[in-house]
Amino acid sequence: MDANLYRRRQRINKIGITLSMLAMGLGLTALLWILAVLVGKGLAGLDLNIFTQSTPAPGSEGGGLANAIVGSLMMLGFTTLVCTPVGIFAGVYLAEYGSSGWFGETTRFVTDIMLSAPSIVIGLFVYAIAVAPAGHFSGWAGSLALSLIAIPVIVRTTENMLKLVPGSLREAAFALGAPRWRVATFVTLRAAQSGVITGLLLALARISGETAPLLFTALNNQFFSADMSDPMANLPVVIFQFAMSPYDNWIRLAWTGALLITFAVLILNILARVLFRDKVQS
Amino acid sequence: MSTQTPSLATDRSARSEHRVLAIARRQVWEDLIFQKVTMLFALTVLLAIVGIIGSLFVNSWPSFSKFGFEFIWRVEWDIINEEFGAAIAIVGTLASASIALLIAVPLAFGIALFLTETCPVVMRRPLGTAVELLAAVPSIIYGMFGLFVFAPLFAQYGQPALQSTLGQMPLIGPMFGGAMNGIGILAAGIILAFMILPFIAAVMRDVFEIVPPILRESAYGVGCTTWEVVSKVVLPYTQKGVIGGIMLGLGRALGETMAVTFVIGNSNRLAASLFAPGTSIASTLANEFGEADDFHMSTLYALGLLLFVITFVVLAIAKIMILRAERAKGF
Repeated sequence: MDANLYRRRQRINKIGITLSMLAMGLGLTALLWILAVLVGKGLAGLDLNIFTQSTPAPGSEGGGLANAIVGSLMMLGFTTLVCTPVGIFAGVYLAEYGSSGWFGETTRFVTDIMLSAPSIVIGLFVYAIAVAPAGHFSGWAGSLALSLIAIPVIVRTTENMLKLVPGSLREAAFALGAPRWRVATFVTLRAAQSGVITGLLLALARISGETAPLLFTALNNQFFSADMSDPMANLPVVIFQFAMSPYDNWIRLAWTGALLITFAVLILNILARVLFRDKVQS
Repeated sequence: MSTQTPSLATDRSARSEHRVLAIARRQVWEDLIFQKVTMLFALTVLLAIVGIIGSLFVNSWPSFSKFGFEFIWRVEWDIINEEFGAAIAIVGTLASASIALLIAVPLAFGIALFLTETCPVVMRRPLGTAVELLAAVPSIIYGMFGLFVFAPLFAQYGQPALQSTLGQMPLIGPMFGGAMNGIGILAAGIILAFMILPFIAAVMRDVFEIVPPILRESAYGVGCTTWEVVSKVVLPYTQKGVIGGIMLGLGRALGETMAVTFVIGNSNRLAASLFAPGTSIASTLANEFGEADDFHMSTLYALGLLLFVITFVVLAIAKIMILRAERAKGF
C-alpha cells in the first residue's frame, strides 16, 4: 500500500468537498443577501400611500406606486387570459401528436429556444409590429410582449406534465370508446391539472419581473390610467426609471417596488412547487 | 344481408351497428378538427419566431445596406454623424458573458456536487429549492443590487485587491488597471455570474442524478473518493448534458438586459481594462432605443438581429447537447 498516494487522494477529496460546500454557501449567501437588502431598503417605504397614490412628479415629495401596481396587474391579467388557452392547447398538441413528424419536432425545438431567447429582442419585435404602426406605446403591446415570453413556458410544462400521466389511464378511456379529443382534454389534461396550473404559475412568475420587453411597448405613464390602449405604468419599468433617477424619494419607491415584485414572484414560485409536490405524493 | 330473411334480432343489430358507425364517423371528424385546432395554437410559436427574425431583418435593412457586413466589426458608435458599428457592443456582450461563465461554471459544479453527493438527504430538497428560487429573482433586482450594494463594495475592496494581485501580472495586468468606481464590464460579468449560476447548477444537478446508481456504486466499491467518483465517473458520463447546461447559461448571459444595464457603465468605447465602463448589445438597446430616430433605430434593430442570431446558435447547440445526453441515457 502506498500510504502517500492514499493520503494525497484523501487530501484532494477533502479540498474538493470543502470547495463544493463553499460554492453552496456562496449561492445561499447571495439569495439571503439579496432578500435582506430588499427587506432592509424596501420595507421602510412600504405604507398605505404605496397602494393609494400614483407615482410622484420629478422633484415632488411623497407619492406611491398605485398606477404602476394596477397597470402591472391589468397587463398580467390580460396576458394570462391570452396565453392560458394558447399555451395549454399547444402543449396538448405536442403531447398528443408531436412525438413524430417534423412539425412537432420543430415546434418543440423552437419553443425551447424561445424559453431563453433575449426578452429585449421580443420587445423590439412587438415595437415593430404593434407600437410603430399605431404610433404610440400601449398596454396592449406590453401584454403582447409578455404573452410571447409566457407561452413557451406554458407549452413546455403542459407537455411535460401530460407525458407524466400513466398510459393505462388513456388506454382505459380509449377502450371505453372515447374519441381522442375527449381523452386528451377530459382524461389526460384533467389528470395533469395541478401540473399544468404549476406551469401557469411559473409563467406568471417569470413575466411579473420582466422589464426589458416593456421598455419599448407599454413604456410608462406618470398618471393613473386603466386604458390599455394608452402607455401604461407598470412596476418593472417604474423601478428601472426611478432607480436610475437622481431623486432620493424615487429611489426609495424603486426599492419598495422591487420588494413587492420579488416577494410576489417568490410566493408564486413556492405556491407552484407546493401544488406540484402534493400532486406527486397523492 | 339481403339474401337472409330479415329477423327482428338481425335488424336491431344492423341498426345499432349503423348507429355505432355514425358515431365513429362523427368522432373521426371531431378528432380531425381537434388536431387541426391544437396544431393552430402550436403554430403561433413558430409564427412568432419567424415574425421576430423577419421583422428584425426588414427593420435593420437600411443599416446593413449602408455598412454591409462590415457593420459587425466596425469600431464606431457616433450617433450625431450616423457612423455605426457593432464591434463595441459585441465585445462588451462577449466579455461580460465570458466572465460570467468563468465564475459561474465552477460554482455551479460545486453546488451540483454538493446537492447530489455530500448533502444530507433531508437537506437536499430545501437547498435545491433555494437554488431554484435564486433563479426566480427578477433580473432587474440583480441590476439594482449590483448598482447600489455590490458596486460600492467592489470599488472599495474588490477592485484594489484585484489590481494589487492580478493587475501586477504580465499580459493580463492591464485588464485590471484604471479607475476603480465599481461599475464596468467586470462588475457586469460578476452580477451576471450570480444570475446564471442557478440555471447551470440546476441542469448539472439534474444530469448528475440520471447517472445509473450502479456506476456510482461500483466506483465507490473499488475505493474511489467522492471527488474521484464525481470527476472521473459522473462528469465524463454526463459530459454532454453538462456542456448543454453551460451553453444554456451562456445563452441567458448573452441576452440579459436589466442586470447588465445597471452596472456595465454604458459607454460606447473600447477599453483594455475590465474595470472600464463598456456596453453590451442588450444594454445599448435598452438605453438608446427610446430616443432613436430612423437610421439610428435601424442600427439598433441590426444589433438586435445580431444578438438574436448569436443566442439562437448558442441555445440551439445547448438544446442539441442536452437532447443527446438524454437520449444516450434512454430517456
